[in-house]
Amino acid sequence: MAGEKSVAFVAEQQIPPSPPPVRTGGALGWARDNLFSGVFNSVATLLSLAFVAYILAMVVPWLFIDSVWNASSLQGCREVDDGACLAVINERFLQFVFGFYPEELRWRPILAFVLLFVAIWPALFSSAPRKLLIFSALYPLLAYWLIWGGSLWGPVGAVVGIAIGWACIRFLPPLLARGRLDEGLAFLAAVGAGILGAALWWLFCVIAFEEALSTVLAISLEPVESARLGGFLLSTIIGVSGIAGSLPIGIVLALGRQSNLILIKGVCVGFIEFIRGVPLITLLFVAWLLLSYFLPPGTEFDLILRVVIMVTAFASAYMAEVIRGGLAGLPRGQYEAADSLGLDYWKSMRLIVLPQALKISIPGIVNTFIGLFKDTTLVIIIGLLDPVGLLQPIRADQNWNGIVWELYGFIALFFFIFCFAMSRYSMYLERNLDVGHR
Amino acid sequence: MSSSGQPPPEPFRVSQLLYDTRYRSYTIQIFALAVLMLAFAWAIDNAVRNLEALGKDIDFSFIFETSAYDINQHLLDYDSTSTHGRAAVIGIINTILIAVMGCITATVIGVLAGVLRLSRNWVVARLMTVYIETVRNIPVLIWILFTVAIVNEVLPGVRSFRGEDAMTGLLFDSVFITNRGFYIPAPVFEAGSAAVGVVLLLSMAAAWYFGRWARARQAATGQILPVFWGRLAILVIPVLLAFFAAGSPISLEIPALKGFNFKGGIYMRDSLIGLWLALSVYTGAFIAEIVRAGILAISKGQTEAAYALGIRPGRTMSLVVLPQALRVIVPPLISQFLNLTKNSSLAIAVGYMDATGTLGGITLNQTGREMECILLLMAFYLAASLTISGAMNAYNRSVRLKER
Repeated sequence: MAGEKSVAFVAEQQIPPSPPPVRTGGALGWARDNLFSGVFNSVATLLSLAFVAYILAMVVPWLFIDSVWNASSLQGCREVDDGACLAVINERFLQFVFGFYPEELRWRPILAFVLLFVAIWPALFSSAPRKLLIFSALYPLLAYWLIWGGSLWGPVGAVVGIAIGWACIRFLPPLLARGRLDEGLAFLAAVGAGILGAALWWLFCVIAFEEALSTVLAISLEPVESARLGGFLLSTIIGVSGIAGSLPIGIVLALGRQSNLILIKGVCVGFIEFIRGVPLITLLFVAWLLLSYFLPPGTEFDLILRVVIMVTAFASAYMAEVIRGGLAGLPRGQYEAADSLGLDYWKSMRLIVLPQALKISIPGIVNTFIGLFKDTTLVIIIGLLDPVGLLQPIRADQNWNGIVWELYGFIALFFFIFCFAMSRYSMYLERNLDVGHR
Repeated sequence: MSSSGQPPPEPFRVSQLLYDTRYRSYTIQIFALAVLMLAFAWAIDNAVRNLEALGKDIDFSFIFETSAYDINQHLLDYDSTSTHGRAAVIGIINTILIAVMGCITATVIGVLAGVLRLSRNWVVARLMTVYIETVRNIPVLIWILFTVAIVNEVLPGVRSFRGEDAMTGLLFDSVFITNRGFYIPAPVFEAGSAAVGVVLLLSMAAAWYFGRWARARQAATGQILPVFWGRLAILVIPVLLAFFAAGSPISLEIPALKGFNFKGGIYMRDSLIGLWLALSVYTGAFIAEIVRAGILAISKGQTEAAYALGIRPGRTMSLVVLPQALRVIVPPLISQFLNLTKNSSLAIAVGYMDATGTLGGITLNQTGREMECILLLMAFYLAASLTISGAMNAYNRSVRLKER
């Protein structure tokens, strides 16, 4: 090195790389690439920004700066400031939540709501203790008792009916088989006895049972009539019971639609296509006006319960189609593998097919849930007072006459939060369950 | 020694009905049929007894009785002396009107939003995401009430079109947007317009035939004809000639302010406008997601292969990507159209008289025949849905990949 003469035109050390041109790197480059890459794109960007700015300039001062939280009427709001009159929400908040539920009893729906999370915990997270599932199974009756009140022995009587049916199917066959009765016949007889026993219990014994126990040990809550339920409480009752009911019924319908038994398949297809072919409103009309015609004369049947039944039927038809998609999306080899292991139909469905099919259909299932929850607003048309139904009395109130946007915005926000949370949860679930096909 | 004949047939045992797969399916089905028929019989028996107790019967003759109520928006002749059946037909036409209008605008909005959500422009894509997520997560009923409120509260009243500093209508003072609804010009057909109509039909047929001929010619010779311009010329020129030859028989009747309201032209009520906008924006968000999924479903290799063959970008889109994307897009799109039609029954909440408003609303209340009215209403919606979904299935079969 030392002896060699350096050549003027050869660089002695490597030149450090020069930074990229400002226009292609960093924030500016990103903006150039993504926002202003052409005339059309630039115009679109500017228009969108102008639109966003316009909306923000309209909404932000109205909602956050000039809004009034404390006033007793729209007049009072306007005297303070000309922004959103949120005082109406401040004043009517509890009505939006509970409807006309008696004030001193409101702890009951709150307790039911808290217990709801305990009940769905084992369903949402596999880490929860399995024993809680028993609580989940009993929860519907507990919630019914808490919200509607009445004697505790009514719901207990209903449970006893189920228990009688289950006990017949579980314990009768061995007894009958010992009496030299054919095994299959014994099972059939046990199923029949179970159904008959439960039906007899519900038809004839429940009321006597309830009265007898009430005289011995009266545990009862003050009854609340359905007309007093309203607001988000009502939406949640209809939505949650519809969701809980539609999934199992939907699975059964989807399996029925795939069945080889022509009659079963026909019934399922007919039910699904009928329900999907008519608007929910007509079904609500049925619940409102027609359903009581098809029940024994003199049956008094709560309107909310009728609505829940129809909403559940409606959602289960859609659920069945979603799950059918999942069943069809499963490779045929899975069905064949289950068969070749010698599993019978129910085992192969329960252990092999359904876990995979349900996993594929999670997005669709959650979409159906979201749709069902949104559709609970339709009950205003048959006169129930869900949040949208409460708008009319509030706007008819002399104090709040003329108020529009605040109320719609508030209700929309409530539904948005719930539905958006559900859709995010489904995305989380999809990612979590996606183990891929290795 | 050993005899190898058939094993003696086993005697039939009752348990085979349940445990032998040869018989089990029959057992189950007969059992199910029995339960089903019992349940139906029970329900119908209850209904008969309940109706008897109320002194009612099933009777559809109310269809021919005078309805005695008005319908504020009707495309066919109707007044309060018409029959209930006529009122139901008016309602059904109103349902179809809102459904067709809504489907068209929802598709436009949805395709635009779906394509823009895939745009590389960050701001535009985010804006579309916000639109889609907001709209999809709020019930359609709230949107309908909200848009009707916007029409009623934000748009100018009829009064502001009168007086000194009056507002002028859009499009050369012919379209008036007010808080009572929109007033648009109405076409007036005079004698001779039938001839123009016939010419229009003929030129439509000719344009279709021209397209076919051009394609056949291209397949045979490789020459490409300017199909679009040719079709446009075939469609427009003869019709214009016929229009002027017949002495301009078709004119526009422009709404004009008379007294307290506009007279003439076509009046689209506030409830119709609000319902239409809400259903379009709501269904548009769902269609946007379908369009986006359809475009994403076509693998990039398809576009690259088309480029490698030397096909230009526009033709790549129309010949390679779109036909494949449409196969994914069309079935859910049509089910969204069905949803829109069914959601249009929410018109009853804002007082637009569609089938639910007439047949399931006022007619039901006036006649007290809830069983018959709801049956007819369900039959209408069911027939519409089944027809459309049948057409969809036929389309699906025709575009299905022919796998071998």
